[in-house]
Amino acid sequence: MGDRLTASTMLQNEGKELTKEEKQRLRKEKKQHKKNKKDDKGPPEKEKEKEKASVPAPSKPATQSPAHKAAPAPVHASESAAAAEKPAKSKAELRAERRARQDSERTSKQGKKEGGQQSASSKPKATPNELQPVVKRLPEHVQVDDPAALKKLAKKLERQQVPLRSDYGYKVSLFSHLHQYSRKSPPTLQISIPATVIHPSIVRLGLQYSQGIIAGSNARSVALLHTFKQVIQDYSTPPNEELSRDLVNKLSPYISFLSQCRPLSASMGNAIKYIKKEISNIPSQCKEEEAKGKLQACIDSYINEKIILASEAISKYAIEKISDGDVILVYGCSSLVNHILCKAFEKQRKFRVIVVDSRPRLEGREALRRLVKKGIRCTYVLISALSYILPEVSKVFLGAHALLANGYVMSRVGTSQIALVAKAYNVPVLVCCETYKFCERVQTDSFVSNELDDPDDLIVTRNGKSHLENWQTVKSLGLLNLVYDVTPPDFVDLVITDLGMIPCTSVPVVLRVKNVDQ
Amino acid sequence: MPGADKETDLSERIESFLSELKRCGSGAGSLRGSAETARETTALLRRITAQARWGNAGELMEIIRKEGRRMTAAQPSETTVGNMIRRVLKIIREEYARSRGSSEETDQQESLHKLLTSGGSSEDNFRQHFTHLKANVIEAINELLTELEGTTDNISMQALEHIHSNEVIMTIGRSRTVEAFLKDAARKRKFHVIVAECAPFCQGHEMATSLCKEDIETTVIPDAAIFAVMSRVNKVIIGTQTVLANGGLRAVNGTHTLALAAKHHSTPLIVCAPMFKLSPQFPNEEDTFHKFVSPHEVLPFTEGEILSKVNAHCPVFDYVPPELITLFISNIGGNAPSYIYRLMSELYHPEDHEL
Repeated sequence: MGDRLTASTMLQNEGKELTKEEKQRLRKEKKQHKKNKKDDKGPPEKEKEKEKASVPAPSKPATQSPAHKAAPAPVHASESAAAAEKPAKSKAELRAERRARQDSERTSKQGKKEGGQQSASSKPKATPNELQPVVKRLPEHVQVDDPAALKKLAKKLERQQVPLRSDYGYKVSLFSHLHQYSRKSPPTLQISIPATVIHPSIVRLGLQYSQGIIAGSNARSVALLHTFKQVIQDYSTPPNEELSRDLVNKLSPYISFLSQCRPLSASMGNAIKYIKKEISNIPSQCKEEEAKGKLQACIDSYINEKIILASEAISKYAIEKISDGDVILVYGCSSLVNHILCKAFEKQRKFRVIVVDSRPRLEGREALRRLVKKGIRCTYVLISALSYILPEVSKVFLGAHALLANGYVMSRVGTSQIALVAKAYNVPVLVCCETYKFCERVQTDSFVSNELDDPDDLIVTRNGKSHLENWQTVKSLGLLNLVYDVTPPDFVDLVITDLGMIPCTSVPVVLRVKNVDQ
Repeated sequence: MPGADKETDLSERIESFLSELKRCGSGAGSLRGSAETARETTALLRRITAQARWGNAGELMEIIRKEGRRMTAAQPSETTVGNMIRRVLKIIREEYARSRGSSEETDQQESLHKLLTSGGSSEDNFRQHFTHLKANVIEAINELLTELEGTTDNISMQALEHIHSNEVIMTIGRSRTVEAFLKDAARKRKFHVIVAECAPFCQGHEMATSLCKEDIETTVIPDAAIFAVMSRVNKVIIGTQTVLANGGLRAVNGTHTLALAAKHHSTPLIVCAPMFKLSPQFPNEEDTFHKFVSPHEVLPFTEGEILSKVNAHCPVFDYVPPELITLFISNIGGNAPSYIYRLMSELYHPEDHEL
């Protein structure tokens, strides 16, 4: 591998100490490379140049830095601000040119034993990247207890003319850093109709998210991408503006609005990064119609590759794991797992399914309907009856919302419980997840980053009585309605992705491979 | 005639008790606390002792056994009924032995010497007639009743030994014993309670509102979030329906998951159970262990079209093995699960294990 090598580290590996002349030569080389690519790429390229020049030669600035990073070089400060909003894109470009440079250097150093060195040094090459002080901006939705962050958000939303949604009800102290919204007060109440800044289909999408009409990781991403297609269709470049830059700026308030309606999921985040990258890659000579057509084709291919074809591939792998006579346990409603089971049933596998459900969402009933319609034999229990039903089960199939870089599986709340009890009964747990849901965050517990749903959902009326009806008036009572939880990797036996069947700990490897491909 | 009236009156009471037992067991009706059931059973047994016709201890025991079999058949999951009957039988044996003059200890203990030397069964031992036996037995049953009344208070008195301030305690469902336990500690200490609501009956909601009345910081979570929040919990305190002979529990469904999560996070699991819940049964995974109620709680009839094609289950109880339990707190103090078999041998006579 060693695709991240540069001249500097190669020299380092050869044991030479870099002299001043060599450092200068290095810088010149890099500038040359950048000049060659300047015409294709946009302004952010210069920003990276500045970064590279500023950092001493041996280390490689891989990550985007915010403007405050020392930049002795020429006037590219403005670019850095623009570039700060597109971290992934410049990261990808960085890697692309690194690869090009490495290729050219490899050809110039034939006959030396580089293979071993390269692969050996790819690891130490990688660590200088991560050891750079990476000031990642903490997402706003986990900083609700910080008044400064809230003020910043309010200002930003005001500037974008997006309504700010207020929290509802008493929040349990452990979760004071998260938002808690009520379904009864959607953010669209404060928007005038017709909305001037926000595209109407985005408003509709936001409302569907906040009311829970569209739920589930894949459904939300697909809906988002279709809506963006609509937005791109209706977009027209204002005069004196470039489509690649202006469209991205237009999308920012939409994304703020959607995250006000419901915090973005990992899959949506990845989809948005992809769209932004594609938009900024549009060459400036491209005509508007052509560009729009290209973007829409990109979005279609993304949906097709990452979601539809991926689920076909995953079904193919997963069906190998389903044998006749199996009793399969599923939890809640995962579109991917339902697809797998339907496909396996079509392939004449004999199995029966146990659907486990939990309050207050009761998503399992939807899964139950779909499976029964297919003709699969099903049993239905609530999650509290798990210990009773598990001795009958031979395999557990779980869906995932996101797979984190440390191998933890983020999924609907209750998944970790199922994995725990299945482990105790020695039942294999298989998680099915497309690769576009892999995310680079790390998390060890379900508190630091989560979503709080409407607490009123927990209220239930039985026999005409409802004990929690006036929970707001009772002083010391709090209701907690978590949406996600994280499952540790030792509970999961196998992850089935479109790239194959991998253990949970191989997630960062997949992320690395993916980033290289991009 | 007074005798006949008494008899009919007695049988009427027995019948009404049996029918109440049968009705209560549906799970949807007003769930009577086990303490109440125990008290009523003991009161009824006292009445039987007082009013039934019996000549010697053996006959009394036969009558009680017969009624006991009927009562346990009416509601097999209500084990406190059976427990109280066995307690009363043991009382009778003790009183008989005391009246005879021999010490109970040597009689009860099974020893190799006894097995070899005493060839005669203890059956004909109970044929002797003692005039004061009836009074003694009734007095002993009264003592048992006072003990029953004081169990909850005895358990709550130990609360401060186990709860420190600023703790986070988790519990599941509704247990009157745990409620009293936590309320007693709350008088002097401030702590936070997380209640798992325990679907489908959602008794956790009642528990939470009741705890809030004493100004205890309470949070209600759905069952699915038990593992997610467990990492922040310091202690898990639960009640149970029955304590089995091996130290395991038959508790409300969802407790096994809670116990596994507590074990994973090395959180102590404390069970507050009064002694009358201790039952000489061992767990068996056959049909007799589980009790099911109507699954319309789980999958309501409004889901009409799929209802006929789907099996829905609604078990009421869970088995929790003794390895997952840290401590039992009962009215006689705290015990480890490995000690339960010993306590059981003190409460019940081995021959009464099968009624």
